[in-house]
Amino acid sequence: MSQPYDVESGDAVHPGRPVQVDRYTVGARINHWITAISLILLAISGLALFHPSLFFLTGLFGGGQMTRTIHPWIGVVLFFSFTGMFFRFWKANLWKSEDGTWMRRIRDVIAGHEEKLPELGKYNAGQKMVFWGMSFLIVVLIASGVVIWNAYFSTFTSIEQQRVALLVHAVAAVAIICVWIVHVYAAIWVKGTISAMTRGQVTGGWAWRHHRKWLRELVSRKPSRPTGTRGTPAE
Amino acid sequence: MFPPIPNPPVTPTPAKFGDNDLIRRSASNLRVPVEFKEPVAKLIDVSKCIGCKACQAACLEWNELHEEIGTFNGSYTNPPDLTENSFTLMRFTEWVNPETDNLEWLIRKDGCMHCADPGCLKACPAPGAIVQYSNGIVDFDHDKCIGCGYCVKGCPFNIPRISKTDHKAYKCTLCSDRVAVGQGPACQKACPTQAIVFGTKTQMKEWAEGRIKDLKSRGYNNAGLYDPPGVGGTHVMYVLQHADQPSIYAGLPDNPRISRIVEAWKGVTKYVGLGVMGFAAVAGALHYLVAGANKVTAEDEANAEMLTQGKNPGGEPAHGGQS
Repeated sequence: MSQPYDVESGDAVHPGRPVQVDRYTVGARINHWITAISLILLAISGLALFHPSLFFLTGLFGGGQMTRTIHPWIGVVLFFSFTGMFFRFWKANLWKSEDGTWMRRIRDVIAGHEEKLPELGKYNAGQKMVFWGMSFLIVVLIASGVVIWNAYFSTFTSIEQQRVALLVHAVAAVAIICVWIVHVYAAIWVKGTISAMTRGQVTGGWAWRHHRKWLRELVSRKPSRPTGTRGTPAE
Repeated sequence: MFPPIPNPPVTPTPAKFGDNDLIRRSASNLRVPVEFKEPVAKLIDVSKCIGCKACQAACLEWNELHEEIGTFNGSYTNPPDLTENSFTLMRFTEWVNPETDNLEWLIRKDGCMHCADPGCLKACPAPGAIVQYSNGIVDFDHDKCIGCGYCVKGCPFNIPRISKTDHKAYKCTLCSDRVAVGQGPACQKACPTQAIVFGTKTQMKEWAEGRIKDLKSRGYNNAGLYDPPGVGGTHVMYVLQHADQPSIYAGLPDNPRISRIVEAWKGVTKYVGLGVMGFAAVAGALHYLVAGANKVTAEDEANAEMLTQGKNPGGEPAHGGQS
C-alpha cells in the first residue's frame, strides 16, 4: 500500500463515530452537477424531438424553436463540463485486475452479496463502465451533434453524412440515457452514496463495505493534512 | 396547345380544399378523410423550355419574395442553388450527346416534386409543420416549423431550405393558395411556351403521352415521363428527352426514394429506443422491489472505526484471502 492506488486529491479520512471520508471536493461536485443538469436538460429536449408523443416537452423550453436553438448549446456546456470531470476522474477509473473478478461475480453484485466480492479501490467495475461509457458516448454525441447543428454547420457536410449523423446521434442518445438510468439507480440502490455528491462525504462504513481498498489506502497514508478540527464527531 | 386555365372570378371563392383534406400530418396521428380530392399535378416539359426564367420571376412575385442580388459564376443558373426565397430554379446543363455529338442545352426547372411518399414529412418532428392534402400537395406550415432541418435530410431531392433570418423551412407550395381557388401555380401561368402545364394527374399523364410520342417521332427514342415510383410517384412530373438517364439533367435522381438511414432513424430506432429506455427504468424499479436497498450495516461502521484506530477490524478474518 505504499504506492498510491487510486486515491484522488482531496480524498481524506476523518476518524470519529461514525468515521467520515471525503470523497469529492467542492470543485468536483460543482463540476458533476453542471454536467448532471445539462444531461437531464439535453435528454428532455432531445426526447421531445425524438418521438412525437414527447413533443409537448418542448413547452418546458419555450416552444419548438427555442428547444431546437438551446439543445445544442446545452450540449456544448455538457461537453466542456464533462471534459473537466474526465480529467479529474480518469486515473481512478483505469481497469484493474479485481474489476474482472467483480464482473465475473455480477450475480453477487446484483444480489447485494458484497462479502463475496474482492476489495475495491475508489470505483467498482460498474462505475468504471459508466464513466467510460459516458466518455465514449459524449464524444460520439458532440461529434454527430455538430454535424446536424443546422444553424451553423449545415454547409460543412453532405446531406448523406447528416443522415448518418442523425441516426448515430439518436442511437447514442438512447444508449447514454440507459447509462444514466444505471448511474442514478445505483446511487439510489446503494444507500449512503448520494451524500458523496451533495456534502462530498461518505461514512467510513460505506467506504468499508463498497470500496475497502480505497479506505485502507486513505487510512494508511493519513494524516496527510491537518484536518483534525473537521473530524470532531457530530454528537 | 393545352387548354389554358381560365382566369378566376373577381368575387371571393371558397377554398376547394383545406384542413379537412389532409391525408398526412407530420408527427401526428390523423383521421384520414372519407372523400379524397382529385389528385393534381404539374407537368414540366423540359423539351419545350426556353430558359426564360419567367417561372422563377412569377414564383418570387406571387410569394412576395426577394432574392439577394448575387454574383455571376459562369452559368445561367442564377442564383446558383435553391434558397429560402427561390422555391424554383432553372438549372442549365450543357450536355454533349455521345450518339449524335450534338451539344444539348438541358434546362430543368428544379423545385419540390410533391412526392406521394414525402420524406420531408416523415422526418419532421414538429406536429403539423408539414402536411399532405388528398390532392397530393405537400405544404409547410411555418407557424409550426421549428427550423431543425430534418426535412432537408428526409428529402430525396434536396429541396427544402432553412431561412437564416427566421430559421424556418421553405419550399415550393405548388401554389396551394392558387390551386385552392381553381387556379394553376404562378409558374405555370407565366410560362410562355407551355413547358409548364397544370391539371389533374390523369390529365397530365395523358398530355405527357402525346408529348413523348411527338419527341420519339423526332428521334428522341428514350423520351419519357419522370414520375418516380420509389417515392410513390410525384405531383410534379417531367417530360424528359432522355428519360433513361435523368441524372444528366443537373443531377435529377435516377431512382429517388426515402433514404434507408432516415427510415431506420424514424422507424425502428424510435420504437426500439423508447422500449430500451423504458425497460432500463422498469428493470431498476423491479430490482429494488426484489433485492431491496443495499444498506451499510452497523458492523461496517464499526469495522471502519477500528481500521482508523489502527486495530484489526474484527468483523471478518483478515480480508486478504479473497480474490
